[in-house]
Amino acid sequence: MLMHLPVLVVLAPLLAAPIVALMRGATWPWLLSTLVSWFALLCAVLLLIQVQAEGVIIYTMGGWEAPWGIEYRIDFANALLLVLITGLASVVMPYARLSVEQEVGAERSPMFYAALLLLSLGLCGMTATGDAFNVFVFLEISSLATYTLIAMGRDRRALTASFSYLVMGTIGGTFYLIGIGLLYVMTGTLNMADLAERLPAISDSSTVRTGFAFIVTGICLKLALFPLHLWLPNAYTYSPSAVTALLGATATKVAVYILIRFVFTIFGPEYSFGAEPLAEVLIPLAVIGLLSASTVSIGQPNIKRMLAYSSVAQIGYIVLGIAMGTAMGLTAALLHVFNHGLMKGALFMTLGAVMYRMGGTNLSDMQGLAKTMPLTFWAFVIGGLSLIGVPLTVGFVSKWHLILAAIELGWWPVVIVILAGSMLAVVYVGRVVEAGFFGEARDPTRREAPASLLIPVWILIFANIYFGIDTRLTVDIAEAAAAQLMAGGVVR
Amino acid sequence: MNDHMILRVVGKFLIPYIMLFALYVQFHGDFGPGGGFQAGVIFASAFVIHTLLFGVRATQKIAPEWILRIVASGGVLLYAGVGVASLLLGANYLDYNVLGAYPVAGQHLGIILVEFGVGLTVTAVIMLMFFAFAARGEPEGDAS
Repeated sequence: MLMHLPVLVVLAPLLAAPIVALMRGATWPWLLSTLVSWFALLCAVLLLIQVQAEGVIIYTMGGWEAPWGIEYRIDFANALLLVLITGLASVVMPYARLSVEQEVGAERSPMFYAALLLLSLGLCGMTATGDAFNVFVFLEISSLATYTLIAMGRDRRALTASFSYLVMGTIGGTFYLIGIGLLYVMTGTLNMADLAERLPAISDSSTVRTGFAFIVTGICLKLALFPLHLWLPNAYTYSPSAVTALLGATATKVAVYILIRFVFTIFGPEYSFGAEPLAEVLIPLAVIGLLSASTVSIGQPNIKRMLAYSSVAQIGYIVLGIAMGTAMGLTAALLHVFNHGLMKGALFMTLGAVMYRMGGTNLSDMQGLAKTMPLTFWAFVIGGLSLIGVPLTVGFVSKWHLILAAIELGWWPVVIVILAGSMLAVVYVGRVVEAGFFGEARDPTRREAPASLLIPVWILIFANIYFGIDTRLTVDIAEAAAAQLMAGGVVR
Repeated sequence: MNDHMILRVVGKFLIPYIMLFALYVQFHGDFGPGGGFQAGVIFASAFVIHTLLFGVRATQKIAPEWILRIVASGGVLLYAGVGVASLLLGANYLDYNVLGAYPVAGQHLGIILVEFGVGLTVTAVIMLMFFAFAARGEPEGDAS
């Protein structure tokens, strides 16, 4: 079965989703979804080990060789992403039981879990596939699941949030599809490796340039790069806590991965940064996004919304790393993709625990949390430190690499921007910590969140610390992935 | 539409032929134009005509929502199950060659089953979506 791992990651949730949708009650759908996501995590970890041992893995669907058939192609970059997605799904699923019971209700639970499985399957599929059109198919699967999940939020504003994401997301998807269509007209192929081989010969044509522009813009909409991020704050704020945790940790990251795949593998760094003004466009947007979103998040009364704006800012760091166009920048971007997934997952899940006990995630609900819910509060503190980038947490590791990459290029203003962004993070995380420590608890009788919420949260918090201290695994893989990507084209 | 005699009679007369045509499109899909997606939409449109003529409640008696949900999920499972069958027979996912006695027979069987799965799901999902809109405002029309 080991040779079928690339498809099993995607297949397991695909088989489980329709069965879960037919179940009744809340317990069985939850149990099956949890087991399936653990199985997917196992597959992803084995895949990563296999890639480390044997190099790039190619899996042909239906036995049709690429470029005629669809192939899955796993290298370091997407193996890392697969571990992130399935790992986050594996902690969010057990966590979801209580939180979903309260926020969504038992009646809609089967559909909720089916949509959650479809979301993770769509994200895994986008990551694993080596076919540009197949990416679009999985993008639509994950997006449709996301719209449904956001709309299940308790607040009625979830409906408008979901609708505006639907409109923006569809525009993004359509732009991507138009771009793929233009490339297909010029090359007659949809396979990523084949595209990479054929594009250099015709890269002068305006059709290819237009295709490039459409694809980059479409993906930047999905990854919420400033100023295309307007769908994100509402979508994250009003969706159920478990959904926010999974979305915030993985969805935009997969879009980042697709951007990296197109910029480096398919078009190649020489074309993207030489013939096209990609760096000149992305760097100002990333810098403005980073600073403005961090500043805006300081004033948010709702902490979930504050973290949503912080996500936009973090995307700024990642895009900055990509736009450097160097191996070090790319390493930093991939590291931050993984590390930001860990910290945002942990923080949003912590807020889910607050939501469960306090019924809201406003700053006023966080008052005096250190006394009433110490474990939840300390999880938030450590997650927040990681978000700021304090040493011994994952946030430090990726920011350190990003700063090194900027220094390597001699981009001192960018270094200052990165540090300023971290200072702003100190302010917005500090507000919450201050309220938790020194605020007067609204209701001192509220108890700590139940263990089934706390254990998944603390698993992620420990991951934040572990990967912050033992950086061998993540840094090595990110460096290997960056080396593969910088080579341009496709590693055979 | 009780007073539209002609529409009711012609509609009733057309429904079986629409379904038959859908089945033709479905099972001819591996030789000519057609396939599960188109067939599913055509098949569902027969039920849409039925709804327009006799009302949502009458159609939902024939095709209750819980059956449609099972059909919708079953179609996906059939499609994915064909792939699992080829996995278990030692080939790659969705490799139809191993399904039959010889590769061409396997391809034939594989594509028919997969297209049938698509047809089932598309039919059921189109009807569920139609009912979701058509049953709005009907006090007892909602099956749930």
